[in-house]
Amino acid sequence: MNPFTYERASDASAAIELAKGNAAARYLGGGTNLVDLMRETVERPDMLVDVTGLPRGIEPRADGGLLIGAAATNTALAADSHVRRHYPLLARAILAGASAQIRNMATVGGNILQRTRCRYFYDNAAACNKRQPGAGCDARDGFNRYHAILGASPACVATHPSDMCVALAALDATVHLDGPTGPRSIALAELHRLPGDRPDIETELKPGELITAVELPPLPFARRSTYRKVRDRASYAFALVSVAAALDIDDGGVVRNVRLALGGVAHKPWRASAAEAALKGRPANAESFRAAAEAELAAATGLRDNAFKIELAKRTIVAVLGELTGDDA
Amino acid sequence: MSMQSESANTRPGRWQPAVTQDPMLHKHGALGQPVSRIDGPLKVQGKARFAAEFPYDGLCYAALAFSTIARGRITALDTTAAEAAPGVVLVMTHRNAPRMKAPSLMMSSPTAAGASDLPVMQDDEIHWNGQPIAVVLAETQEQADHAASLVRADYAPLPAVTSFDEAKKSPRQLDNLLGQPPVVEIGDAEAALKAAAVQVDQIYRTPRHNHNAIELHAATVAWTGDELRVHDASQLLDLTAGQLADIFGLESDKVRVSSPFVGGGFGGKCLWDHQILACAAARLAGRPVRIMLSREGVFRIVGGRTLTEQRVALGASADGNLDALIHTGIAAMTTHNSCPEQFTFPARHLYAAKSIRLAQEVADMDMLANTFMRAPGESVGTFALECAIDELADKLGLDPIELRRRIEPETDPTSGKPFSSRHLIDAYEKGAERFGWDRRSPTPRQRRDGEWLIGMGCATATYPYHRFPGGAARIRLTAGGQVTVSTAVHDMGMGTATAQAQHIAARLGVPLNQVSFEYGDTTLPRGVIAGGSTQTASIGGAVIAATEVFVEELLKLAGNDSPLAGLSLAEVETRDGGIGHRDDAARFESYESILRRSGRDELVCEADAPPPAEMEAFSMHSYGAQFCEVRVSEITGEVRVSRFLGSFDAGRILNAKTATSQFKGGIIMGIGLALTEETNFDPRSGRIVNASLADYHVPVQMDVPAIEILYTDIPDPQAPMGARGIGEIGITGVGAAVANAVYNATGKRIRDLPITLDKLM
Repeated sequence: MNPFTYERASDASAAIELAKGNAAARYLGGGTNLVDLMRETVERPDMLVDVTGLPRGIEPRADGGLLIGAAATNTALAADSHVRRHYPLLARAILAGASAQIRNMATVGGNILQRTRCRYFYDNAAACNKRQPGAGCDARDGFNRYHAILGASPACVATHPSDMCVALAALDATVHLDGPTGPRSIALAELHRLPGDRPDIETELKPGELITAVELPPLPFARRSTYRKVRDRASYAFALVSVAAALDIDDGGVVRNVRLALGGVAHKPWRASAAEAALKGRPANAESFRAAAEAELAAATGLRDNAFKIELAKRTIVAVLGELTGDDA
Repeated sequence: MSMQSESANTRPGRWQPAVTQDPMLHKHGALGQPVSRIDGPLKVQGKARFAAEFPYDGLCYAALAFSTIARGRITALDTTAAEAAPGVVLVMTHRNAPRMKAPSLMMSSPTAAGASDLPVMQDDEIHWNGQPIAVVLAETQEQADHAASLVRADYAPLPAVTSFDEAKKSPRQLDNLLGQPPVVEIGDAEAALKAAAVQVDQIYRTPRHNHNAIELHAATVAWTGDELRVHDASQLLDLTAGQLADIFGLESDKVRVSSPFVGGGFGGKCLWDHQILACAAARLAGRPVRIMLSREGVFRIVGGRTLTEQRVALGASADGNLDALIHTGIAAMTTHNSCPEQFTFPARHLYAAKSIRLAQEVADMDMLANTFMRAPGESVGTFALECAIDELADKLGLDPIELRRRIEPETDPTSGKPFSSRHLIDAYEKGAERFGWDRRSPTPRQRRDGEWLIGMGCATATYPYHRFPGGAARIRLTAGGQVTVSTAVHDMGMGTATAQAQHIAARLGVPLNQVSFEYGDTTLPRGVIAGGSTQTASIGGAVIAATEVFVEELLKLAGNDSPLAGLSLAEVETRDGGIGHRDDAARFESYESILRRSGRDELVCEADAPPPAEMEAFSMHSYGAQFCEVRVSEITGEVRVSRFLGSFDAGRILNAKTATSQFKGGIIMGIGLALTEETNFDPRSGRIVNASLADYHVPVQMDVPAIEILYTDIPDPQAPMGARGIGEIGITGVGAAVANAVYNATGKRIRDLPITLDKLM
């Protein structure tokens, strides 16, 4: 770990002021990913600005939505009664991630900005375009079981590791930012980037910008929603594939509305828009679900170790939608 | 103080291995009771001091920099930034390291402890990806870690063999397989296989595994002149001391190694580069040094279990007798270590067959020395063999337990020796009844719960009995009746100290609270290693010998004014805090009385264990039947172990509580072997890619179901206390039990470990 200075910010503007103009400054939430990266010298900030003192409230909005302070812990968000009642997929996604100890530390803002767990990214001895632009990618022909099947590029096949963000993507969450040029908002689905030829640039955040809050719009049918995570052990492992879904079926058994997002498959939380489009107005049955899954995964490509995830993603989509339909089969 | 030291002889009343039995074979008392660990309170209060917790004035902290190529030379090594970093005391590389002899390979001599015989930081040669290239000492661990990250090296790489597929094209024959012949042939097994009515012939693969004990490898070392003090996390104290003395050119009594508490051993807590480097750096810096490897560091410089590719072929008659048993294969190894992963060992002793062929080779690679890891050989050997037996049972239309009943041998199938004690079928029957084996459908895919297919499987567990020679024990009796037994052995968490306290209490006939067991320090009488499930029996042999000397000495001291007058060792027993005639309750005198009458404050006796003749005369093994129930998602292929039962025949159980924990721990490690554990060794670089506990998957709490343990508790008449070691057997057979259950659930045979979900989709 390189030497660094540590500052504690009392509010967003103080944090932004402290970090202003310093490209080597980092905002510190729970530290559950950033500190690991510093230990590996993958991240070498010269200043940490602790933002855990920023607002952490979880407040229902008049319109039925929810405003979540960026410093709220993952544990607090998963345990929140409004979240559990109105957005059960979000509570389940958070609880499917990490361990209780990590969730107690990790903040909502930090969770969104966590970096890939690609092992070649962590190992300074390996070639990684994300860590060192232009260096090459050892993952493409290496151990890539956890890597992307959608939206990858020749430069990078890493995945975004968050579970929470998959639920947020399905819920059309908005991320509120503040920074040297003032506050703004961006859709969560637009915040993370696909790797292209600059996998080192992972989000649309501008220099010095800070996540201050996440806002969920109301989504009444999200009361019928869930999250399923498929992984290599029963707990404490990143997703091979995960599915966040909310389903709205009319009395005739036809899909009125649906939200679907995938984790473990791409450089960003993957909103399954093609599948959603294919489902709307279709009967809520296994055939429609399979067709929607096929539509979403049509563009997927497999690598040496992860081609199975294409079929796994399809099956998991069908199973999750089936479960929400009340059909166990 | 009176000091008696005698080696074993054949006077009446002495235990003569293979000829007579341990007199306490059927004596119980404290033995067998579920006594809680005596070091438990210390550990939960944080008062048990581990290797990296010893304070020293002027202590400095070490960090390592590792190579990033598999083979070649260092052409440039820039340490200037590291040396200039805050708090740095010393940067040691091959350029300034003291000259040291290379370690000698374990088992190459009675004092050798080297996991590898490569010289340690003596030249610019690189032999594996991850080899230490620099040691940084600093005032704090953080400063040392930072400075180590600033060391820069350039290399001239040489062609390296880092692909197993390449390496196995030029296999190397072994001279011996841990002292056993690498090839065993009885009859013409290949011909018998071809002619057999029913055949199974399959290849099974097991991956590399890495040691991940909860305690990271660590040592605190200090020099005083030419005397070296090492606080280690060790399961081979005396060998470590002897080997360090050899490396640094010291008299062996100048090195003291202690290790009273170890946070898990499993074969990994041996002598690796870090202790040697810490000692060298401490000498160079003139300051005490603490080294604690990072988790990545453990992956880089502590070897693990190697990968294997095994063929098992079985030929059987229609009624389920084996005409042919073939178990052959190859394991990755290096030219600088001595651990061939003896996966053909189980097939030497388990089943009767008319013809047998067993053979194994190694494929040399440029990699870190692989090493012993819980049941080396047997853990992965039983996976292949016991899957094949299950496949054969399926082909024969026989219940797999019934098949094992039909191929149960009367004598050892390859050595022809009698078994000292073998109750495998007993263990199967008890386990099957308790587990509800009769509810298993012989046809796969018959039980389900929603998307979850449910199946049951079983497999044989086995591990050899060994008793290492060379151990000694000392008994000290004080006037107050307190007994202390001392020997330089180890407790890596398995409960040695507790079980031995029980043993001593029972053997000397004193209450448990008057017994102390001293261990974990090379200043004590020479101990054996804690490896290969040998330590308990080996200590037993030494304590028996010391007890005999102790009793004889007390009989002498008792003299003619004692009720014991004229009695010999063969006529007496220890009981009720003293010595009594075996058949005459009235003839008794307490230890305290004998000491008092003879004017002694204490009596000290020491003796060496008699040589392990029982191992030559008998086929001695532990056995078990592992039962597993799994649930497999038909959608995702996820496997969950829902129930597990291990039924063991391991001789007499000395402590019901710690033994049960040992068996369960082995089974949990076996669940990891079956389902999750795999070292990702990148064949392009020879580098371990998943060098962390986030990426190297050991089972977590949710992967482990309720586990039930049964044991026969039948004493082995040839073993001290009737007990065979139990440290390793728990993991054996688990891989196959899980794989066989997966087959029963899904109809799919997975012959490549680990059984990950993609293989079942």
